Amino acid sequence: MSLADPALAAGDTPVDADELARARARRRERVLRWLLPSVTVALMIVLWDRIVAWNEIPHYILPGPGLVAQTLVKDAPILLPALGVTLQITLMALAVAVVGGVGLAVLFSLSRWAEMCFYPFAVILQVTPVVSIAPLIFIYVDNRLAGLLLCAWIVAFFPILSNTTLGLNSTDHNLRDLYRIYGATRWQRLRYLQIPTALPYFLGGLRIAGGLSLIGAVVAEYVAGTGGIGSGLAFRILEAGYRLNIPRMFAALALIALTGVVIFAVLSLITHLMLHKWHESAIKREN
Amino acid sequence: MVVTWRKPKPLGERAKLLEMAAVDKAFAGGTLALQDMNLTVNEGDFISLLGPSGCGKSTALRLIAGLMHPTRGQIRWEGGEAEIGVVFQEPTLMPWATVEQNVYLPFRLKGQSFVQVRDDIHLVLKLVGLEKFAKAYPRELSGGMKMRVSIARAMVTRPRLILMDEPFAALDEITRHKLNKDLLELKEKIASTVIFVTHSVFESVFLSDRIVVMAARPGRVSTELTVDAPYPRGEAFRTSADYAALCRTASDALHAAMGETA
Repeated sequence: MSLADPALAAGDTPVDADELARARARRRERVLRWLLPSVTVALMIVLWDRIVAWNEIPHYILPGPGLVAQTLVKDAPILLPALGVTLQITLMALAVAVVGGVGLAVLFSLSRWAEMCFYPFAVILQVTPVVSIAPLIFIYVDNRLAGLLLCAWIVAFFPILSNTTLGLNSTDHNLRDLYRIYGATRWQRLRYLQIPTALPYFLGGLRIAGGLSLIGAVVAEYVAGTGGIGSGLAFRILEAGYRLNIPRMFAALALIALTGVVIFAVLSLITHLMLHKWHESAIKREN
Repeated sequence: MVVTWRKPKPLGERAKLLEMAAVDKAFAGGTLALQDMNLTVNEGDFISLLGPSGCGKSTALRLIAGLMHPTRGQIRWEGGEAEIGVVFQEPTLMPWATVEQNVYLPFRLKGQSFVQVRDDIHLVLKLVGLEKFAKAYPRELSGGMKMRVSIARAMVTRPRLILMDEPFAALDEITRHKLNKDLLELKEKIASTVIFVTHSVFESVFLSDRIVVMAARPGRVSTELTVDAPYPRGEAFRTSADYAALCRTASDALHAAMGETA
């Protein structure tokens, strides 16, 4: 309800102790939400460092965090271009997954027959591990970039397809009746009713797909092996492994993890920006 | 949109708008939702369909709205097209659209641009008392306000007939009384015809000039009552002896209709 007691809205009203305690708890939680994970991660890194130092573990078995950081800086001329390659494949795969996933979902919602015919294929592609399909793909697809993209796409498109399909079919039945009464065309129903309804579902799928397209890109690179041209982070990890350059393996791994986190954060931000005005998931309640 | 405070003609002199003639509606499962339903709707009528649940009130409304076709019998519109506005039990607003964009929907689906109809939209929002909330999102509104938006959307195209399916059933009593009163004023202002489904005797007596009492299993018209009280009606009418007597008559008719099945 939007009704508020004007006396309570004013700042000079005395507030009971219970309410004050609740406000304090809320403030505390806001700080702890950032502080606690940061401190935990920092502690783990320190612990890692100490374990390596106290046990005198050689760097070709387990490098300490300091050495990994040094390697990250020292090997930047090798690692950053590799990151660029992996990122390029990831983002292109995500873009193709969005286009393909949404396109298929719209097609399925326009034609239930198409859905019945082709949905099984989407499920089969999804449940078959990409590592087992990838070698075949690299036999049939000459272009290495296209092969990598295809692998990453296979992994990433399904959550977008399944979520968007669910969203497009989740329209309010009364609104559907209303559109019929006003003689809406199929296109109008899709444009003004189904797509806005599906938006939160799509964005949920997009956040999953963002992480998956990175996984797909990395896995595909492993399978594709040393192509020479345009080698990504996964290739650098393999290569460093052969040379027992364990610190560089860790550095590359750290870059991949960081990339995943950044992709998730950016997609979460996009979700928030698109939904915060109206969707329940983005609304903060006062009581 | 010109706002006219037009008094509807007396009951006997109104032009026919819509006729349901011997309408049966059977569902594929074998349920007979409506049997031999006859109803004449005249321009300016405020008709309540009053009955227990399962008496086919909502089915009748869906048939009139053209969402279903009768199994037997006919639904005939007198002259012109079937222009309808609908209000459901839930406000049924699009949560991603602002109040004015929700009210704009019927025009948008007819292919009219927002600029063309902005004045109509703002006028009808003023009529329902929400002109300050044009840019608000539905979640920012109370239940009663959302229902007002829903009513505004149904009225904005000035349809010849407005169908309302228990629109106030989920609201608290204070809000319901206020909306009842405002609905009557609105109906007079836009000079439309209303068919109002309800299971509340009090609501039907307060609002309508004709009450069609329905019986269940199979759904059919049991009796029709005329509420002979002048509009505009307000709190004075709600507390009058006439109102109490009319409520008793309607209540008896409803019980008689329910007794038919017992």
